[in-house]
Amino acid sequence: MSEGIIYWLQQTLNALQLGSIYALIALGYTMVYGILTMINFAHGDVFMVGAFFCFLAAVYLGLPFVPTLLLTMLGAALVGVMIERLAYKPLRNAPRVSAIITALGVGIFLENFTLALAPYPKNIPALLANATWNMGGVSISSLQIIIILLSLGLMFVLDYVVYRTPVGIAMRAISWDKTYVPLMGVPLDLIISVTFAIGAGLAGAAGTMYGLAYPVIDPYMGIMVGWKAFISAVVGGIGNIRGAMIGAFILGGVEIMVAAFFPSTYRDFVAFTLLMLLIVIRPYGILGQPRTQKV
Amino acid sequence: MSASMAGIEDIQLEVRDLEVHYDGIRALHGVSFTVLKGEIVTLIGANGAGKTSILRAISGLMPYGGSVVFEGQSLKRISAHRIVGLGIAHVPEGRGIFGNLTVQENLRLATWQRADKGEIAADYDRVFAIFPRLLERQHQLGGTLSGGEQQMLAVGRALMSRGRLLLLDEPSMGLSPRLVQEIFRVVEDINRSGTTVLLVEQNANRALRIASRAYVLETGNITLSGTGRELLGDPRVKEAYLGG
Ligand SMILES: Nc1ncnc2c1ncn2[C@@H]1O[C@H](COP(=O)(O)OP(=O)(O)OP(=O)(O)O)[C@@H](O)[C@H]1O
Ligand SMILES: [Mg+2]
Repeated sequence: MSEGIIYWLQQTLNALQLGSIYALIALGYTMVYGILTMINFAHGDVFMVGAFFCFLAAVYLGLPFVPTLLLTMLGAALVGVMIERLAYKPLRNAPRVSAIITALGVGIFLENFTLALAPYPKNIPALLANATWNMGGVSISSLQIIIILLSLGLMFVLDYVVYRTPVGIAMRAISWDKTYVPLMGVPLDLIISVTFAIGAGLAGAAGTMYGLAYPVIDPYMGIMVGWKAFISAVVGGIGNIRGAMIGAFILGGVEIMVAAFFPSTYRDFVAFTLLMLLIVIRPYGILGQPRTQKV
Repeated sequence: MSASMAGIEDIQLEVRDLEVHYDGIRALHGVSFTVLKGEIVTLIGANGAGKTSILRAISGLMPYGGSVVFEGQSLKRISAHRIVGLGIAHVPEGRGIFGNLTVQENLRLATWQRADKGEIAADYDRVFAIFPRLLERQHQLGGTLSGGEQQMLAVGRALMSRGRLLLLDEPSMGLSPRLVQEIFRVVEDINRSGTTVLLVEQNANRALRIASRAYVLETGNITLSGTGRELLGDPRVKEAYLGG
């Protein structure tokens, strides 16, 4: 293989890894927006809390990878449901801006609560043996493959749930108009809780995978990653699940490619400029439409 | 048959002293009426009289004063989705179709509370037999249906939830005369197959003709009641609701 192809294969793998982590988080933003038309700005911090749950499970409980992942997802899901019940539900009929301010507040609370408990950055142990294969010059790490495949697997499961199961039909009905959802016999509050649980659980999974790929974690790690996932959701068309995944892989790709061509300090500036241009061209995002298809 | 002559066991729905407020403004001033098993009861009244508010209160979509008792059970503290499970189906004003769901998904959603999952397939067949148009458009998004088709879908959904009491809020609104006739025929058929109907209508003429009994609602109060035929012949009704 030529040097060029090898180089690009390597970059594509990197982009896929970054994109899948963004995608898992972006799904939570887009699902909550879909059903409540609100941006859950605490969501990036739920991802951070997920990484800390991963740390607790791996270090204090000494659990191996799979139980750590499951426990992290469960813990994050509970945090997500609690946030909705305690902070957002009382504001469901308040102006959207109040809910958004509350979300920012919840995010700051989560960051500082974590900071109080963990003032110094933590190290996530290597839960998976990271084998690296050299294939014609491309070095493929097993960790990278696992992160990509696991994320894609979770996305397929989610896509199936949303588009093929009664719970998914109910979620999409709520995203259209929740007024008459109870008249179908559907428990509105339960479906909203399930949505938060799924979104937060996926963010927890992202926290684990991020922690494995970039093992030093701190209470502020969710801010920038959260913004990027949020932007992915908007680029894909906020409220649209498949859009969030596409947007995340575009963002992952753009970031890696920019880093390949420019000094590393240019990465976010060039990437965000490109994304803003994309939004100008497609204001509703790639798959978003004014009303016909949300969530 | 009048309510006073009916036995307790015949009463399916009993509404007593119903009061509803919007932002402190009272919209219903103590409304009372009954619906007996197997009847078609119609509520007629002008815009803003409070018809929709009555149905919303019964279904648990809004808080109220007074009482609503369905088949002997008070609905007051029961949440809306459970009320569906108890046997009340509500076709809301404006139809409430989920435009981003297919026809099939709209119908499927309405079976959420049903325990008899095995009989659901037969009910799809029933709905598609009543409205063959819905079968053709099964995989089309609700939002792309015509107004008439959406009304069929709304009624179809109510059938899928297998309510024993069907609340209909202006099913004829915005339909062509032919479709209005069709919808009223379907309502009569559904009633004949054993479903009690509480019908809210502005099309008083047609509603009174299929109703066993009727109530007239004026600015939050019931001002007249009687059999459908009695009210059709009542000069006050004629003047106010049947165009003189
Ligand atoms: N969401 C609301 N907020 C404030 N007032 C309301 C609201 N909904 C209804 N009202 C008021 O309550 C009264 C009764 O309204 P309702 O919708 O029950 O009437 P209706 O008989 O169904 O009228 P229509 O035939 O026009 O549908 C009206 O005066 C209306 O303005
Ligand atoms: Mg009305």
